[in-house]
Amino acid sequence: MDHEKPFAITLDVGSSLANKTGAWRTERPVYLDLLPPCNQACPAGENIQQWLYHAEGGGYEAAWRQIMADNPFPAVMGRVCYRPCETACNRGQLDESVGINSVERFLGDEAVRNGWTVPMTASATGKHVLIVGAGPAGLSAAYHLRLLGHDVTIRDAGDAPGGMMRYGIPRYRLPREVLDAEIDRILAMGVRLESGCHVTDVVAALTEFDAVFLAVGAHIAKRAYIPAGDSARILDAVALLHDVEDAQPPMLGRRVVVYGGGNTAMDAARTAKRLGATDALVVYRRTRERMPAHDVEVTEATDEGVAMKWLSTIARADGETVTVEKMRLDDKGFPQPTGEFEELAADTVVLALGQEADLALLDGVSGIETEDGVVRVGPTLMTGHPGIFAGGDMVPSERTVTIAIGHGKNAARQIDSWLRKGDHRAPQPAALASFDKLNTWYYSDAHATVRPQLEAARRVSTFDEVTGGLDESTALFEARRCLSCGNCFECDNCYGVCPDNAVIKLGPTRRYEIDYDYCKGCGICVSECPCGAIEMRPEPG
Amino acid sequence: MPLQPIKFYQTGSFVVGNRLLDPDERAVQARIDRTNSLNCGHRACQGCGEALGARYALDAAMRATGNQMVAVNATGCLEVFSTPYPETSWRIPWLHSLFGNAPAVATGVAAGLKAKGRSDVRVVGQGGDGGTVDIGFGCLSGMFERNDDVLFICYDNEAYMNTGVQRSGATPPAARTTTTPAIGPEPGNVFGQGKNVPAIAMAHEIPYVATATVADLRDLEYKVTRAMDFRGARYLHVLVPCPLGWGSASGDTIRIARLAKESGLFPVFEAEGGEVTDVSKIRRRVPVEDYLRLQTRYAHLFGEHGHPGTVARIQAVADRNIRRFGLVEGE
Repeated sequence: MDHEKPFAITLDVGSSLANKTGAWRTERPVYLDLLPPCNQACPAGENIQQWLYHAEGGGYEAAWRQIMADNPFPAVMGRVCYRPCETACNRGQLDESVGINSVERFLGDEAVRNGWTVPMTASATGKHVLIVGAGPAGLSAAYHLRLLGHDVTIRDAGDAPGGMMRYGIPRYRLPREVLDAEIDRILAMGVRLESGCHVTDVVAALTEFDAVFLAVGAHIAKRAYIPAGDSARILDAVALLHDVEDAQPPMLGRRVVVYGGGNTAMDAARTAKRLGATDALVVYRRTRERMPAHDVEVTEATDEGVAMKWLSTIARADGETVTVEKMRLDDKGFPQPTGEFEELAADTVVLALGQEADLALLDGVSGIETEDGVVRVGPTLMTGHPGIFAGGDMVPSERTVTIAIGHGKNAARQIDSWLRKGDHRAPQPAALASFDKLNTWYYSDAHATVRPQLEAARRVSTFDEVTGGLDESTALFEARRCLSCGNCFECDNCYGVCPDNAVIKLGPTRRYEIDYDYCKGCGICVSECPCGAIEMRPEPG
Repeated sequence: MPLQPIKFYQTGSFVVGNRLLDPDERAVQARIDRTNSLNCGHRACQGCGEALGARYALDAAMRATGNQMVAVNATGCLEVFSTPYPETSWRIPWLHSLFGNAPAVATGVAAGLKAKGRSDVRVVGQGGDGGTVDIGFGCLSGMFERNDDVLFICYDNEAYMNTGVQRSGATPPAARTTTTPAIGPEPGNVFGQGKNVPAIAMAHEIPYVATATVADLRDLEYKVTRAMDFRGARYLHVLVPCPLGWGSASGDTIRIARLAKESGLFPVFEAEGGEVTDVSKIRRRVPVEDYLRLQTRYAHLFGEHGHPGTVARIQAVADRNIRRFGLVEGE
């Protein structure tokens, strides 16, 4: 017996570390990365939560590079995207959605200002891909194909690249120096652009190139038969927006009626105002709720004095008047004529009834199937003809710039995989980080930052950009409103709240680890994780 | 200067760390080199609020005193689960004597250090609500009355949990314990009895009295640090939910502590020389029912044979606290 010990003490002093309390556990906490709703909603597949994470810490360049991994047009996106991410944003259920789009624009503008570029690190493959159409889908595909090491030639019918970004979206929404800067950055990566070039024989092109990506868009205006007098002046919105871009704006007169309820109709009406029309009236056969135009476009148009006439169709157009018939919605929500007519003063009628793709270049190509005026493609975006892929507005889609950019990315990856005789499959997405998984107690109360807008009076007289950007401090504030849904942002809560010191902090950017020797499986870390990035799982075995 | 919340950095100072803050602005608990006064391997139940509260408080005290500190512990869960012979979970100088004498032992340690001229070493006494509110109460009052240089911390889990959930002087009305069973016309603990020790401590007009919960770590750490600014008797009363005795899910410990504060049932405040100097406002007010329903010790109040009148009486207690302490902004 050791006589060094005090009276009645027989055992050496030990640490409780000998007591592995992990053996008590029936469930264990596990860290995971869930899919944030913004990422799930993004048609371009951006990892929004991740780039906001960089931006929150002031790492704007890293944030921009994270966007560029998926989308080469942050500055354009920050102006024209319809923001499905913000609709999905969990913060919208707390106070207001994070202004993701405004932060993206700030980052895009920072990149243009600082001349950031994306390095090409892939070795050249020697493969050469032809892209038909220099719109958002084509340019996005070109960018991603170059990053994958392929040579790219774009043939485009327009005088300048950009497609609908240039000839469909007015300058007041997308200033051309912004568009040019982002297109030039792609072209500078070694993309060969042949402008003013109509491709007519796709099959012949396949002998010259290893693969072809078709992205010709939808540039042909749909027409409707409207009985018209000889002096009636009727044009289509696609031509109007195109001619404005070519600096040959048509004479519209003082009173302009736009027929249609989509975004193009709004753009046409707002453009008419800027060209000097005193009255711009949108005539649409259904109601505001059923209008396909996005809310923000309708609101901005209304703010600029564009008037709306719902539940009306144009029955006849004459020199200075149009006759509209009132409609009513039937049980199924379809407009039905009522037989009540009204005359409106109008110098010009602009038709904005939708667009169709010009598929003439596919005539006689074997294996191609079309349906409702668009080309049928599988999940790999390949048409029925091997080696010919298609995307953007010429395939079934909701026809937005962002969707087209997403098609371009997907097409590039699929073409790459096809050329390598591989099989590109996107990894299975993680489970959704839904609102109920968050512990919102921990987030600061902070309302959204509103972007400055040009005064309405100045808006209707010029093509200056309507919506301004955020400055650095407001962009940073906005980025920091992100809840980081389902992805650890190193708040140290799990490390702090464990009653058993069983969470190991690994240090900045390295996150945490559970010490299963001592974790009793109480679940406090799971309950108190603000962003839902830990879950309990049954103990294995 | 009361605790200043930091705003708009995504999570501000609500979370333990927050990578967007300077390291000095993060909680002591966010530090890789925190003391971990109470080490792994202790035998507290899953989700123990007291184990958490003790580490929070003592790590903060170690930081505030530059690691020059002695802790004296009353008998109770905290002592039993941390030191089953011959193991110890304590990584600080730590002393245990009896159930009822912890404040007196702490006084003795402080006197001894004074005699040795070690004014740099500070003394913390600690115990559960049984050792503080009931059994050690005479010694505690004496310690206050003599203004001995001790910070005494009570980890209040509202009953004698270690011996099997018997009622203490801190058990709230209507709560079921093994000695206040949920039977009869007024089931559970009676209304109008028990002791409000923070108020009693304030009546001694000692330099500093504060309450806190394990749900607001920043506030708890601030109060421990603030207490070390004073010499003389100081008292900190920390609400620590007990999954075993309260019948709550082990993962809900912090949530329940937060609801106790947000409902107004547990007012969080600080006082100097007997005067309240600051209160923690309610941020998202909830009815007491939200708090009570998570705990089976109140299960008899709900359901088909529930006691809505009793719930209303508990709500009245919360409303009175809100009025008395001004817990709601603008009211």
